[in-house]
Amino acid sequence: MPEPIRTPSGADGREVGPVASGRLPLWLRGLLPLVLLVALFALFLFTGPLGVLRAAFPPVEELTIERIEFPQSGRIRVHVVNGGPEPVTVSQVMVDEAYWNFTIAGESTLDRLDDVTIDVLYPWVHGEPIAIGLVSSSGLTFTHEVSVATESPRADVRYLSTFALLGIYVGVIPVFLGLLWLPFLRGIAHHWTDFFLSLTMGLLVFLGVDALAEAVQMSGAVASAFQGIGLVTLGVIGAPLLIEGVGRLGRRAPTASEEISSAVTRRAEALRIATLIAVGIGLHNLGEGLAIGSAYAAGELALGSALVVGFLLHNTTEGIGIVAPLARQPARIALLVGLGALAGVPTILGAWMGGLSYSPVTTVLFLAIGAGAVLQVVFAIGRLLSRRVGPQGERGAWLVRPLNAAGLIAGLTIMYVTGLWVAV
Amino acid sequence: MGTEQDGALTRRALLRAGAAGALGITAGGGASAIVGAPAAQARGPQVARGGREHVHSLGTGGGDVDTSRFDPSVFLEQFDWGEISTLPDGGVLRTYRITALDRSIEVAPGVHFEAWTYNGSVPGPTLRCTEGDRLLVEFSNAGSHPHTIHFHGVHPADMDGVFEIVEPGDSFTYEFDAKPAGVQLYHCHAVPLKRHVHKGLYGAFIIDPRGTKLTPAREMVMVMNGFDTNYDGENEIYAVNSVAFHYQRNPIRIRTGELVRLYLINMTEFDLINSFHLHGNFFKYWRTGTRPEHYDYTDNVMLCQGERGVMEFTFEHTGLFMFHAHQSEFAELGWMGLFDVSEDPVA
Repeated sequence: MPEPIRTPSGADGREVGPVASGRLPLWLRGLLPLVLLVALFALFLFTGPLGVLRAAFPPVEELTIERIEFPQSGRIRVHVVNGGPEPVTVSQVMVDEAYWNFTIAGESTLDRLDDVTIDVLYPWVHGEPIAIGLVSSSGLTFTHEVSVATESPRADVRYLSTFALLGIYVGVIPVFLGLLWLPFLRGIAHHWTDFFLSLTMGLLVFLGVDALAEAVQMSGAVASAFQGIGLVTLGVIGAPLLIEGVGRLGRRAPTASEEISSAVTRRAEALRIATLIAVGIGLHNLGEGLAIGSAYAAGELALGSALVVGFLLHNTTEGIGIVAPLARQPARIALLVGLGALAGVPTILGAWMGGLSYSPVTTVLFLAIGAGAVLQVVFAIGRLLSRRVGPQGERGAWLVRPLNAAGLIAGLTIMYVTGLWVAV
Repeated sequence: MGTEQDGALTRRALLRAGAAGALGITAGGGASAIVGAPAAQARGPQVARGGREHVHSLGTGGGDVDTSRFDPSVFLEQFDWGEISTLPDGGVLRTYRITALDRSIEVAPGVHFEAWTYNGSVPGPTLRCTEGDRLLVEFSNAGSHPHTIHFHGVHPADMDGVFEIVEPGDSFTYEFDAKPAGVQLYHCHAVPLKRHVHKGLYGAFIIDPRGTKLTPAREMVMVMNGFDTNYDGENEIYAVNSVAFHYQRNPIRIRTGELVRLYLINMTEFDLINSFHLHGNFFKYWRTGTRPEHYDYTDNVMLCQGERGVMEFTFEHTGLFMFHAHQSEFAELGWMGLFDVSEDPVA
């Protein structure tokens, strides 16, 4: 039999890899590839192989019009970003297929990721669509259409209060109405509490998927350098991990027996989940507010009463979600108010942001964060339910217990039906 | 085209122009004070002297074009008469040299188009001769694609510039007699035809009638064209003589009573028609310029691609007068210009 291969050891007993790194300190070993990368980069820049690669291609130009504002009648402001690999020069501006005089705040040549605003004096017509086209020095055109031209909201009392009111209607009131189901939830049997927790999961799955789909759809409007789908991935995966991570900071992981037995732990866990749900719904409502605010600013959304009523119905269910985990736990009014505010108030902030400084990048990111946060809550509730013991003392398979499955389907259905008033 | 008889009429018109011009100043001055009035109509003569920036605010886009290589103001009144020699039978021989070149041209302030050109400009040189002249057109292709020159006129089939494809680096000499008299054109006939035309291979070809003396006039050539700068099959730029709004930024100066003879050719690709409308005036219009006795009297003509005509007019009033396509879309995408009519007597 051959000798077993031994990993060579250093004098201090630490293992040394197959490549002998000698006496190099650890930080240097980490830095070395980076240094080589920088050296290679410098070599490329100075000797110019990039130029050779480039020469054969026509310029790849890409400009993205992120936002078109109508600050007052007769005036248009265009926000442009260069999301392409090459510098682009804005040479002419077309409004509805007519060349128009314009002023650029800054250089007319935009390097990669540069952004600039272009002002055009143009007698736009309220309520009609309008198209802005930018013509680059090489004759390429970049067009953005506004479906309804309407004066852009300004950060004045009227706008802020309108949207605060809207946020209260759409976000705060429904959540608090939902909280009022707590006494009812307290009175019902255990397995019915689970039904309502499952129902909450259904609501949240619907919200999460909806927000995710919207984020993916919106990502098409993001300048390609800002990688719309990358933002969605970052938001959807980053948000739940961050919330979960922060939620666990300074908390000792309980052992399995402790989790089930200790009433104190169970109360803390219920509170934690309720808070997580409130934070998740809050983040989701921020994205929703952003979408409402920007749609309003873009003239695409008339705040009709049907829509507000729809949102009322739609979002009342969110309140149930918050209080469902607390059904078996004592909770003070102040705590409930705090949770409600956490979930509802971000709608107002979102609406302000969306209406006043809309950008596809932030909208996509917040929608994705909202989707991730909501889906994280789904997992949290799932974990809570998975520890429950069934009526006959059985464990596991909680999801497909008839009552829970019915709850989940009911949750999805409620969202769908109330969505009939809201979906655009 | 006007004969000396028309000239007499215009001189009578000149006498009226003095009084009318004075009226024009007051009327224009009043109108220009109206804030937000339609820009062109509101402009009085004094605006032309004082405020170039007012002209800019008509909506011509920003900036200006580098005219060092091609100046539409110069091209407007420039004719290539060829190298003249005498044939053994006493006839006139004109030799023209045309080279196809790939060129980047500026079609609007800051907007560049990778054009294919005759002699480096779009349109190519305006060839001018007299009916019956023997023409030699020495064509060499220094471009990157095969090209030809197809002349409109009466000539042998092997001089038609359709089957005699001239490869890059090659050359070909077209030889034929100039006829019939009128405003003709030439363009590349290599395939794909649409691309070779919209890339800029065309020009005016004017054959003066033999034995008839044209009334002396300011003669101008306007080739209506467009540029599909993003290659989507639609023009982003419209103009006469290639540069969007050039004659708006640089109005064409003429004088009251001065006879203007304008050779108009439509070489716009992608669009079915183009048109020419003159403000504050009417003109005589000879379709193709082939029958002097048949003319129209109008202020608006419509031309299909390849269609052309000769027009003559004399301004009675002073001030800035627009001319543009009467398709508003073309006008606002560059096909707009101004005549700046002043009172100075005709020299």
